[in-house]
Amino acid sequence: MSLKDSNDTHFDLVKKLDLQSRKSIFGDKFFKALVIGASLYTLLMAAIIFSTLFEGSMPIFFKEGINFVIGTDWNPVEGRESFGALPYIIGTLVSSAIAMAIAVPISIGIAIFITEMIPKKLGTILSFVVELLAAVPSIIYGLWALFVFRFWIRDFIEEPLHNTFGDYISIFAKAPFGLDVFTAGIVLAIMIIPIISAVSREVIKAIPHSQKEAAYALGATRWEMVKTAILPSSRTGLMGASFLGLGRAIGETMLVTLIIGNAIGLAAIPTSLFSQSQTLSSIIANEFNEASNDLHLSALIGLGLVLFVITIFINILAIFIISKVSKSYSNLRE
Amino acid sequence: MSKDNKNQNQKPHKNENYKSIIQEYIKKNSSKRTIINNLVTILLSSFVIIAIIPLSSILIEVFKNGVGALSFEFLFQPPGSMGSGDGGIGPSIQGTLIVVGLASLIGAPVGVLTGVYLSEYSSSSRKFAYFLRLFNDVLTGIPSIVIGITGYIAIVLTLGSFSILAGAFVLSIIMIPIVARVSEETLKLVPNTLREAAYGLGLPKWKVIWHIVIMGSKSGISTGIVLAVSRIAGETAPLIMTILGTSLFFSGFNSPVDALPLRIWRLASQPYPSAHEQGWGAALLLILLVLSLSIALRMFAQKRSMTFKSTT
Repeated sequence: MSLKDSNDTHFDLVKKLDLQSRKSIFGDKFFKALVIGASLYTLLMAAIIFSTLFEGSMPIFFKEGINFVIGTDWNPVEGRESFGALPYIIGTLVSSAIAMAIAVPISIGIAIFITEMIPKKLGTILSFVVELLAAVPSIIYGLWALFVFRFWIRDFIEEPLHNTFGDYISIFAKAPFGLDVFTAGIVLAIMIIPIISAVSREVIKAIPHSQKEAAYALGATRWEMVKTAILPSSRTGLMGASFLGLGRAIGETMLVTLIIGNAIGLAAIPTSLFSQSQTLSSIIANEFNEASNDLHLSALIGLGLVLFVITIFINILAIFIISKVSKSYSNLRE
Repeated sequence: MSKDNKNQNQKPHKNENYKSIIQEYIKKNSSKRTIINNLVTILLSSFVIIAIIPLSSILIEVFKNGVGALSFEFLFQPPGSMGSGDGGIGPSIQGTLIVVGLASLIGAPVGVLTGVYLSEYSSSSRKFAYFLRLFNDVLTGIPSIVIGITGYIAIVLTLGSFSILAGAFVLSIIMIPIVARVSEETLKLVPNTLREAAYGLGLPKWKVIWHIVIMGSKSGISTGIVLAVSRIAGETAPLIMTILGTSLFFSGFNSPVDALPLRIWRLASQPYPSAHEQGWGAALLLILLVLSLSIALRMFAQKRSMTFKSTT
């Protein structure tokens, strides 16, 4: 637009600009409302989850009271109803504990190996392959474990253990069958290894180079560098990563449902590594569609609430640990 | 004099003594240290192999057992009677596409806009942003079966029947926090100079966000969406209590449908070998869908990070 033109239509131009800015103020307000609306929707979803679980499980807490959490009897038959969740809580904790015992050292080892011990290119490829495991849906882990892996476990690990130690050590006592809390724990470990190792890799990568170089300059071997420079300063971060994995292991449903053996009531408390059990999530998946009455349904929702509370607790712990760590790193860099 | 001489004579001797002791010490010690170092390296590399064995076994078994089931009939026909091995998984494929598509229609925009809030508007109210981020992270960690129960109570009980809507609602809740997280991260990567340049040209905030920030990180945002889609495509547990599963094709938004993961579960729970074979076939389809999504994503992301490097 030339100067002459603009002189001619000075007033028009001002009007136009004014109109435009008003339009864009409206646009700003509209867009901001849209964005805040979406954020509120996200918060609303969290609130809905909590309120529906709470409301749905009220009847069972009214009827059973504290017995719902510490009782061991589970009987949905009409007239003889009794709902105690303790066996499933124990089953959940035991299977997750087995998974963590296997997965944590292996995934932290993988993270260290990939970031520190091999060339970067090879590391990228390896981490890609390991993290492909994270993309495999859990139902496929379950299918594979049910038809393939459980026979490996039974024949190569459980039977030798049972035959040599079964008579003396009670955790190896039961005759192995392949569908038990031990197999479930191992497959859960396989499932959470990529998750823990991915987060651990980020944690280890974030350690300032100066620390590693200092250790090398003092003549440390690679392992000594890892031991003195990496592990101490990334300890809390690695803990956070492990808690994230634990959250996944506790909430996992389909895989566990297929391979844990689905015991009910008192029988679901594992007495040995090779006994059938049941977790909170697997009993919900197994019985939800066959719930015989409202109380049974409410009991299953109550199990969901217990599961929700456990995972929320673990996840918030993990979030706080990780955020604390990232803050301390930024301090280090400054 | 003589004493001094003696001392001088002795000194090198003593030094040599020290040297040899130190040398011996270092030799002895460093060999032990290198051995430990090598042992640890071997141990850690065996960990990688331990992690890769299950992956390769899963892929091999799914392909080996699943290829036999694939046929035209298998892909497009509804399931035959139980145990007959007839029919296919047509309704499950259709159901997965519809439910995941609907869930993305809700989940993707809400997730992206939440990410926009966290990245662009969070400075106006830090407390709200903090809580939003916290709740978003908490939502990510909630087990999917718990979200399924919510869908059952909030939608299925209200509408009175198992339905596609309930399934899509539940999957969208799983999708939102993933998309929001990735969107926030990628939007933050857009350099502030770009925003300032746009403001300098007189653009209003919403236009800056839409044309510069969002359009500039389109590929990152789509990465997040694809990631979330591949995650919800494999979800099984929440579908049990929302879409229920059926052997019929789609018949309205207010009635049950089937989905691939759900079908795999039902087939694996049946005692018939023919059902198991179909289960492997369905697993092959699901794993092809999910893995191709995630591999394409990796290629895409790598290309993107390279372009970022070349521009900066």
